[in-house]
Amino acid sequence: MRLLKNTNIPFVGMRKVAYAISIILILAALVGLMVRGLNWSIDFTSGVAAKVDLKAAIPGVEAVRIDELRNVLKTSGYPEAEIQHVGPVEAGTFMIKIKSSHADDAVSSDTKTQIIRLISENFPKHMEGRDINRDVIEEIYEVGPKVGGELRTNSMLAVAIALVLMIIYIWFRFELIFGLMAIAALAHDVLIIVGVFALTGKEITIQIIAALLTIVGYSINDTIVIFDRIREDLKIRRKEPLEQVINYSLNETLSRTVVTSGTTFVTTLALYLFGGQVLNDFALAMCLGVIIGTYSSIFVASNLVVDFTKATHKEKQTAQHLTKRK
Amino acid sequence: MKKFSWRGLSIIIFICVTAFYLSPLAIPNLPEWWAKNKLKLGLDLKGGMQILLEVDTSALSAADARGAVDQNIKIIRERIDQFGVAEPSIQKLGENRIMVQLPGVSDFEAAENLIKQTAMLEFKVVAQPDEARRVLDLIDSNIKANLDRFPALAELDRLDKAVLAEDDTLAQQTAAGVFSSLIRPGEMDYVVQFDSIRLMQELLADPSFQQMVPGGWQVSLERADSANPRADRSIHVLSSAVELSGADLARAKVEYGSSTSTDPRIANKPYISIEMKREGARKFERVTADNVGKRLAIVLDNVVYSAPNIQERIAGGRAQITGRFTTSEANELSIVLNTGNLIAPITPASTSIIGATLGSDSIKSGTMAGIIGLAIVMLFMLFYYKVGGLLTDLALIFNVGFILAMLTAFGGTLTLPGIAGMILTIGMAVDANVLVFERIREELDTGKTPRSAMDAGYTRATITVWDANITTLIAAAVLYQFGTGPIRGFAITLTIGIIGSMFCALVFVRSLFDTFVVTGTKKTLSI
Repeated sequence: MRLLKNTNIPFVGMRKVAYAISIILILAALVGLMVRGLNWSIDFTSGVAAKVDLKAAIPGVEAVRIDELRNVLKTSGYPEAEIQHVGPVEAGTFMIKIKSSHADDAVSSDTKTQIIRLISENFPKHMEGRDINRDVIEEIYEVGPKVGGELRTNSMLAVAIALVLMIIYIWFRFELIFGLMAIAALAHDVLIIVGVFALTGKEITIQIIAALLTIVGYSINDTIVIFDRIREDLKIRRKEPLEQVINYSLNETLSRTVVTSGTTFVTTLALYLFGGQVLNDFALAMCLGVIIGTYSSIFVASNLVVDFTKATHKEKQTAQHLTKRK
Repeated sequence: MKKFSWRGLSIIIFICVTAFYLSPLAIPNLPEWWAKNKLKLGLDLKGGMQILLEVDTSALSAADARGAVDQNIKIIRERIDQFGVAEPSIQKLGENRIMVQLPGVSDFEAAENLIKQTAMLEFKVVAQPDEARRVLDLIDSNIKANLDRFPALAELDRLDKAVLAEDDTLAQQTAAGVFSSLIRPGEMDYVVQFDSIRLMQELLADPSFQQMVPGGWQVSLERADSANPRADRSIHVLSSAVELSGADLARAKVEYGSSTSTDPRIANKPYISIEMKREGARKFERVTADNVGKRLAIVLDNVVYSAPNIQERIAGGRAQITGRFTTSEANELSIVLNTGNLIAPITPASTSIIGATLGSDSIKSGTMAGIIGLAIVMLFMLFYYKVGGLLTDLALIFNVGFILAMLTAFGGTLTLPGIAGMILTIGMAVDANVLVFERIREELDTGKTPRSAMDAGYTRATITVWDANITTLIAAAVLYQFGTGPIRGFAITLTIGIIGSMFCALVFVRSLFDTFVVTGTKKTLSI
């Protein structure tokens, strides 16, 4: 069986449309970032996050309601606590978050102990017959201000270093222009996904950073397969203009791009649908990343190379360099 | 006779290594050396507690600061050991941080307090042998009367009786109680066998056990031998009166007796010289005068570090602790003495607690997602590439096994992002094969024979596979370098997955093709 045999889709010709779509997406992302900002998780901001299961073991007693819990925390000195349902309302499971707003106004290391005490004292009926440590507390994270700030710096540094190292590798293996354009396409991918997280108000957790870096790795993988083919085709089709050769290469690799993206997408989709709530946002970022990464590999990276070499009148030079070396 | 091939050898090694590390997961009752290589689950899957401690070394010089962090790690390890946690992990992170992971712990507050507390150094007099015997007997009879309060001991007692019931006279004769049965007389002290240490630690930490100990006495284990963790441990009966505490000590240091020394106790051996503060010196003189011939135990956080003999009354607040120390033991003891009150205080910088239910739910759903993803991808490959797909599917299963095996081999832990990384690798692992197969199809289209199309396809695609995967490896390496905990787990899984998938695609699948598919003069290639 074969999909997409001997296609001849004018990818390079369609680049203006692709650019328009990309620009719209990027603008939307930027608006999201500026208007709503990023919702950094307490991994980065410092504070306390606790997930508690407040179902009662005794029959006939209903699970704690969200306003009851909010009231208890409000009147006990935590008016800034954010409380959300996790899962359906009947499950009585809540995520409580108390972020420290400034670095110096740290949530003390006793906050989590106090919250647990507040809950067990105020909802005695829901504690009866259950072990608070085993049954009620699902997870608690407490992050000090120093660690949080450092983590944010380190994560940004990690993304930046990964990008620079990749430019160097592609420069070494291909051409500087290719490296720069590949990274531009990556920045495009990351920006759009971060934009989606800003617009939907989803949290940027440490796992999302991992997902972003994986997307970076995945998208560059796709792009390089195409670049590799361009390099090869340039050797065979010496007489033809760069634009046309790139279009050939895109079509020749299309089948592979679609198959690989398809299998990767299916696995990330399985993760999103069946992977459980903890991995949900991670899987969402991955799903989006596979789609956008594939799109940018086909429509953005190579087309940017076309336009960039055109603008600088270096088409011949680039082609020669690429085929001569290595 | 077939030609020797590196490819064949590497495949055999690959399969053997994978099988070696995976067997402990599947087969129970393997020999100990084999079974210990079992994949560990991360805290986020197993549930438990993780504390990142920051050591405040601002008051110390650079050299002292480094030492202080190591000392703190030692002391924390000792405390956790007392708490009785299976497979705790205590790691130094960066310059002055300590990461403590306690899988399976459910009493979070107690564990945190135990780790945070300041160390307590005490000097206590060791009971004379006859006193010790009397104390142990009293504990025994107390426990016998209150056996229902110690379910673990009651169970042990029941089993003992069941064994002995066959011979009634024997059952009568074993007057020794169930507590004493955990302890046996050693060369100098009582010892607890390795198998019973866990139970003993739990008992010693149990407040109801402490009520069973007659007033004025206490029972403490001796420190574990770091060189031989499975060795038996001594147990001491101590007078509970604190004769001296860490605050009385000025300093301690390791010295070496000269080889010409006339004193056989220090000749050519390391010993520790201690110096007391003024008040401490007085107390020390009184204690040594009152207890000549007895032993003085040095106790840190209720663990006996050493119990040297008091040879004579010691005035002037200087003393030597001699014993059969190795250099490292002597160093360790001097550290304990010097840091009795931690010179570098620790504060928790971040804490994570993960309930056991959340962990097991995550494993279930993660595995579920993995299996579904794997099944769809495998079906698709089989459908799309026929025989080629079948070989890829085979390689894919090996690859998943390889990731698990390598994680075990490197002592890694399987975390939730790790499972995600593995699922992702499944999606990406087929990529190398897809590249090769698409290439072979193109070559076939140009009219080449299966053999030459395959060779050309592999040669061309190999370059691409390397280029594409090295860039992903760069991302994984950066993740590893800057990530902590679960993220590192993810990076490791991804790296192993990439290496495994490249091996599977370029060596494993190719060999299968060479051996079984493209043989002789076959005119077609099912791909």
